[in-house]
Amino acid sequence: MSAPAAALESVSKRYGAVAALDGVSLTVEPGESVVLLGHNGAGKTTLFKLMLGLARLSSGRIRVLGAPPRGAGGLAARRRIGFMPERLALHDDMTGLALLRFYARLKGAAAAECLPALERMGLAGAANRRVGTWSRGMRQRLGLAQALLGAPRLLLLDEPADGLDPSAKPSFYGAVDRITDGGAATLLSSHALAEIGARRFSRIAILDKGRLAACGALDELRAGAGLPSRIHLSVPSGRAAEVADRLPAGAVLCARAGAVELSCRSGETMPLLRRIAELDDAVDDVEIRPPALDAIYAHYRRRAAP
Amino acid sequence: MNALSVVAGREIGAGLRNRWAAAATLMLAGLALALVLLGGAPAGPAAASPLAVATVNLASLTVYLVPLIALLLSYDALAGEAERGTMQLLLACPVARWQVLIGKFLAHLAVLAFAVAAGYGVAGALAAGGADAAAWRAFGVMALSSVWLGAVFAALGYAIGAAARDRSAAGAAAIAAWFAFVVLYDMALLGMLAADEGQAVAPGLFAALMLANPIDLYRMVNLGDSGLAGLADFGGAKAMAAMAAWVAAPLAAAGALFYRREY
Repeated sequence: MSAPAAALESVSKRYGAVAALDGVSLTVEPGESVVLLGHNGAGKTTLFKLMLGLARLSSGRIRVLGAPPRGAGGLAARRRIGFMPERLALHDDMTGLALLRFYARLKGAAAAECLPALERMGLAGAANRRVGTWSRGMRQRLGLAQALLGAPRLLLLDEPADGLDPSAKPSFYGAVDRITDGGAATLLSSHALAEIGARRFSRIAILDKGRLAACGALDELRAGAGLPSRIHLSVPSGRAAEVADRLPAGAVLCARAGAVELSCRSGETMPLLRRIAELDDAVDDVEIRPPALDAIYAHYRRRAAP
Repeated sequence: MNALSVVAGREIGAGLRNRWAAAATLMLAGLALALVLLGGAPAGPAAASPLAVATVNLASLTVYLVPLIALLLSYDALAGEAERGTMQLLLACPVARWQVLIGKFLAHLAVLAFAVAAGYGVAGALAAGGADAAAWRAFGVMALSSVWLGAVFAALGYAIGAAARDRSAAGAAAIAAWFAFVVLYDMALLGMLAADEGQAVAPGLFAALMLANPIDLYRMVNLGDSGLAGLADFGGAKAMAAMAAWVAAPLAAAGALFYRREY
């Protein structure tokens, strides 16, 4: 058993009277990728700042790679922590390669890592141009290249997909996956639910107003929420009303030309499907849609609200 | 220690790229040359050597210009990086805050030292004719203590930058500090002496008041036997020690403020 890459115990952070974080406990194991979901202001960025020693804890305990973030242990730990800030700011007066080498030297990574790292991100052509002339997407990719320097054991990525052009996303997530497959832990924040839905994460942590509203694998959260699935029936034209009449009234959400929408709680799926099968040629096609992530997210946020 | 040199190296590179280093050097060199070439030529049998005259003239230049350059270089070093947002990523690297502070400070000191060495070096070479060893020594002390004065005001600039709410507040405070130390302080001191007619104010108090301004310390080191400085009787070594304290104290304050700050 190896120690967790990051461990937070009852972490609270107050700015004056405002509680940015309130009793958050979260552990990220090596090889795990955890996504922090939350609205702007939910406390995601504050969590990263505390883990990096940029801000002080009000109460609670944090260990990153086994060390408290502030102090000599945290300093040494940051050699193996890759960080990408939410509002990425870079020294515009330096070239991409010079800037990456600057961070490599600070992290004790080999300078020879830098050019290949730029190439992987598709930035080699701009390596000798000043970063000030780069597009937002290119800067974002440079930010990730910087975070991946020096074989990190813990990746902290604050809204990394923000401002990234869609075409760059596969190489971006591919690079993150390679690091995670190598045993590093990843904690990634996002407010874009669609962004996350398409990806596989070990766990999803939902942060709401500084509190952890839920944390678990997507399937666990889905089961825990007990939200209904949608069943979409394609029907031959003119037969939607007939199909709707022959199914339990409680399950039918709506019937329109060529389609009937049903709602179905877990456990009721098979009986309903048998009824649909009895309809024979009145149904062309069946599609089951599990509750979407945004519905699950909304459910846990509602439940957390006092 | 390595992280410190990486930070210092980047800062020197930035100084070269944004032409701060070039501007400071050209400004010092230009004014130093103007003073040497256009300054009053000594005449008569009792005339001091051209180098001795240049030393005094350059010391007067230092008093105004070097603190200004040092403050303008340094006030932005912490506040600017915080405001542009690059501080977060820097401090997320394995670099201690004291390494950031001292690394940047040493880089700015190197830029200043280069500007003084280049600017005053050219001026000194032009005025070198017939100079004896004592004149060269005085010139060397003047150049070194000019860098030292720069270090004092760079340290003050860091303290201002660490304490200020944002960049523009730091800039305003830096200019105010320059004005207070370089212009207002001596005027107030002279006014006090004039009003007092040299009676009530104890010499000890007066010496203490001069210790409290690094500009006056610099004058004591370089213009030890003339003007205001002649009124306080303590030697150059003591003044140098006081100037060392003037570097250490603001830097320590800057460090304490920087460590408390959250980014």
